[in-house]
Amino acid sequence: MASPNRLIATPRRDDIEAPSLQPATPLLRVDALSVSYGRQQVVSDVSFALSRGQSLALIGESGSGKSTIARAVLRLLPNGGHATGRITFDGRDVLELSERRFRPLRGRAIGFVPQDPGNALNPVRSIGAQAMEAAALLDEPDDRVRKQRILETFAQVGLDHPQRVCDSYPHQLSGGMLQRVLIGLAVLPRPALLVADEPTSALDVTIQKRILDLLTRLQSELDISLLLITHDLAIAAERADALVVLKDGVIQEAGRTAAIFASPRSAYARELQADVPALNPDRYRALRDPGFRRRDAGATAKIEVRAVTKTFAVDGRTLTAVDNVSFAVPAGTTHALVGESGSGKTTTIRLLLGLETPDSGTISVAGEQLSGRSPATLRAAWRHLQLIYQNPFTSLDPTWTVEKLVREPLDRFGIGTRKARNAQVRQSLADVGLGEHLLARKPGALSGGQRQRVAIARALVLRPDVIVLDEPTSALDVTVQADIVEVLLSLQANLGLTYVFVSHDLALVRQLAHTVSVMHRGRIVEHGAVGEIFDHPQQPYTRSLLASIPSGTTGRVSPSRPRAVVTADAPG
Amino acid sequence: MSLLSPTAPVTTTSRLAALKVPPTVLLSFVVIALVIAWSVAPGLFTSHSPINGVPADKLLGPSAAHWFGTDHLGRDLYARVVHGTASSVSSALIAVIIAAVAGGLIGLLAGFFGGWVDILLARLVDVLLAIPHFLLAVIIVTALGFDTTNAAIATGISAVAVFARVMRAEVIKTRQAVFVEASFLLGGSRWHILLRHVLPNASRSVLPLAVLQFGLSILVIASLAFLGYGDPPPASDWGLLISIGKDYLKWPWLVYAPAFVTIGTVLSLNRISRWLRQTD
Repeated sequence: MASPNRLIATPRRDDIEAPSLQPATPLLRVDALSVSYGRQQVVSDVSFALSRGQSLALIGESGSGKSTIARAVLRLLPNGGHATGRITFDGRDVLELSERRFRPLRGRAIGFVPQDPGNALNPVRSIGAQAMEAAALLDEPDDRVRKQRILETFAQVGLDHPQRVCDSYPHQLSGGMLQRVLIGLAVLPRPALLVADEPTSALDVTIQKRILDLLTRLQSELDISLLLITHDLAIAAERADALVVLKDGVIQEAGRTAAIFASPRSAYARELQADVPALNPDRYRALRDPGFRRRDAGATAKIEVRAVTKTFAVDGRTLTAVDNVSFAVPAGTTHALVGESGSGKTTTIRLLLGLETPDSGTISVAGEQLSGRSPATLRAAWRHLQLIYQNPFTSLDPTWTVEKLVREPLDRFGIGTRKARNAQVRQSLADVGLGEHLLARKPGALSGGQRQRVAIARALVLRPDVIVLDEPTSALDVTVQADIVEVLLSLQANLGLTYVFVSHDLALVRQLAHTVSVMHRGRIVEHGAVGEIFDHPQQPYTRSLLASIPSGTTGRVSPSRPRAVVTADAPG
Repeated sequence: MSLLSPTAPVTTTSRLAALKVPPTVLLSFVVIALVIAWSVAPGLFTSHSPINGVPADKLLGPSAAHWFGTDHLGRDLYARVVHGTASSVSSALIAVIIAAVAGGLIGLLAGFFGGWVDILLARLVDVLLAIPHFLLAVIIVTALGFDTTNAAIATGISAVAVFARVMRAEVIKTRQAVFVEASFLLGGSRWHILLRHVLPNASRSVLPLAVLQFGLSILVIASLAFLGYGDPPPASDWGLLISIGKDYLKWPWLVYAPAFVTIGTVLSLNRISRWLRQTD
């Protein structure tokens, strides 16, 4: 099948193969792979090659078929999935082999690192017991030697106390440690190829960097080829020798990372590049400027949080979730709260909304004090103060239609006549760029991006002055994220909304916020204007956060080249 | 489960295609449709009278003329089964409605309000659960008087606890959902949230249970009829037919025919219930 799309996507054939053809035969070679479920084709005519010791990234948004390709390579397609074409691994045709002949390869020669480390281990068995299971793949009859190999590998993947890790159960370890365990188990039999399916998307930024560093280091130390699946172009650019950009199961562009980055030829690759926050800190300059002007003109503070502290009692101990936190947000600007999970960001906004009561301190929004109010009087405040949740898959009632969902706040607050409300619903949906044909749909029939737009429309329909955004794009693809951010910023520019934006994604914060507070263990360690914090961070914690932004520096980050460089040029 | 668990866009056409009704479920629907048709218009399915027999034709085996044979008074058994359907099915329906409404309400209130309301209602449910269902039904029907409607009411009350349990668990789960808090922030009152968000979401898992309970109720009511707690003859409830049939063991079709109809109906309902739970 010399399909036209391959010709368009990769005009120069030698370009795809250039990085891989140096040794005579590549380790993994995928030729004209197509995968279909029933009549639906999800991967069409995909070809690429990966040599020993090299790394290749498959990039694309969800639904682009990148994970399906990985599953086809591992022969783990779910029932009903049918693959055609050729996948050659180390001279053997993977698709032709019987399951019995292929099984010795899976795990032993091809390792796999899953996406969500929290789900990949059995919660009722200790890490050691599960590691011994994986160690059965070693050609090593002696249990003690196997155990020794496990401990060595755990030390190699950066787990400080291998024995203690072995004795632990999955819930006793953090996400980063679990991912290290899984990587350790994957490289234990010294595979020739490691397939990593979004290995860091469930982890915090600083941990994400360490895990990626680990993969890069193992790759060169153990001479493993890495097939990295990611939606983040910046990560791929930093970690992979070659890229394959996918959309709807079709290759848009393929070639050496540096070449693609210097001059992306396909429109889709250009769009992806433009949508990655880390690569485009000034993308929304025009939309953000009104906010800067308001701030510089000394606009009155819309939100004032003063010395707020909140403690929770956990198992008899008191845990200070928010410790003496103060910040003020000028009207019409965006204030970002950044920090890793557990830093108290979410508790802070719940306090701000009155969903939790602070132990001490005061919170006022638009001059009215919120802290210490009863729910009935808070209700009046919520008319002007709205929240957009992190996950649009849980924040919309699955049994309601879009129209009903967006109209709910108007109905509840009894605003306007029925006819006026319906018009407002349509207006609000138009504001976020959704058409009227979606009115009768239920959330289940919408994409993630559409759902989050519905959630934004629902918050907007009341015409609030303040919107609190709790990681509103973390569950979405980069291209969708760029859409949502653009919607939010143009609404701010047009309506003068004040945002409190909670995020762990510093690159995104850099793109859209005006002021920022960095939170660490419940305290604000540093705050100020976005430019200052990003260009001249004072605190080591802020610096470590900034250093973990993937820079998109083309070419692989070699372990010998520490990423101090990145710290300097990422904030740009 | 990852946050981005696939929730493929579903249009009406693709939903129909995605449902892909398995053949056994299709067969179950056919059986249930037939049973409903029997209860709505029994006259269309048989020309024989269920009450007046031809004594000369008594105790005939199944044949083309009498599909299920005839009984000791020469009445066509198929006609009696068909004519007894309405009472068996409608009484099971009454039982399920009583159980689902009362149990659902108890579960809803207990789950949503929590605190002492929950404690009080949960203990009541525990008491109901502690008494064996069938025994409870027998006690209630004895108190109310022997007839099929009372048997249905008794069956319904005996199943209240099951619905209350499931509903309470679902309500507690739904109450913690993010969209419930969202509605609260959007100005929704407790009653609004309870009736518009919690109830519809929680009832989604009660529907399969109701279908399952419908099948069970047919069995329980048949058992009560078998024991003589239902309408007296010449009524022809399925349980009563089996009960009468047991006195004529030399002519086994008198038991087997109504028993197989009952079993077929209940199994079909179970299959549909299981399928509903999967598709939801």
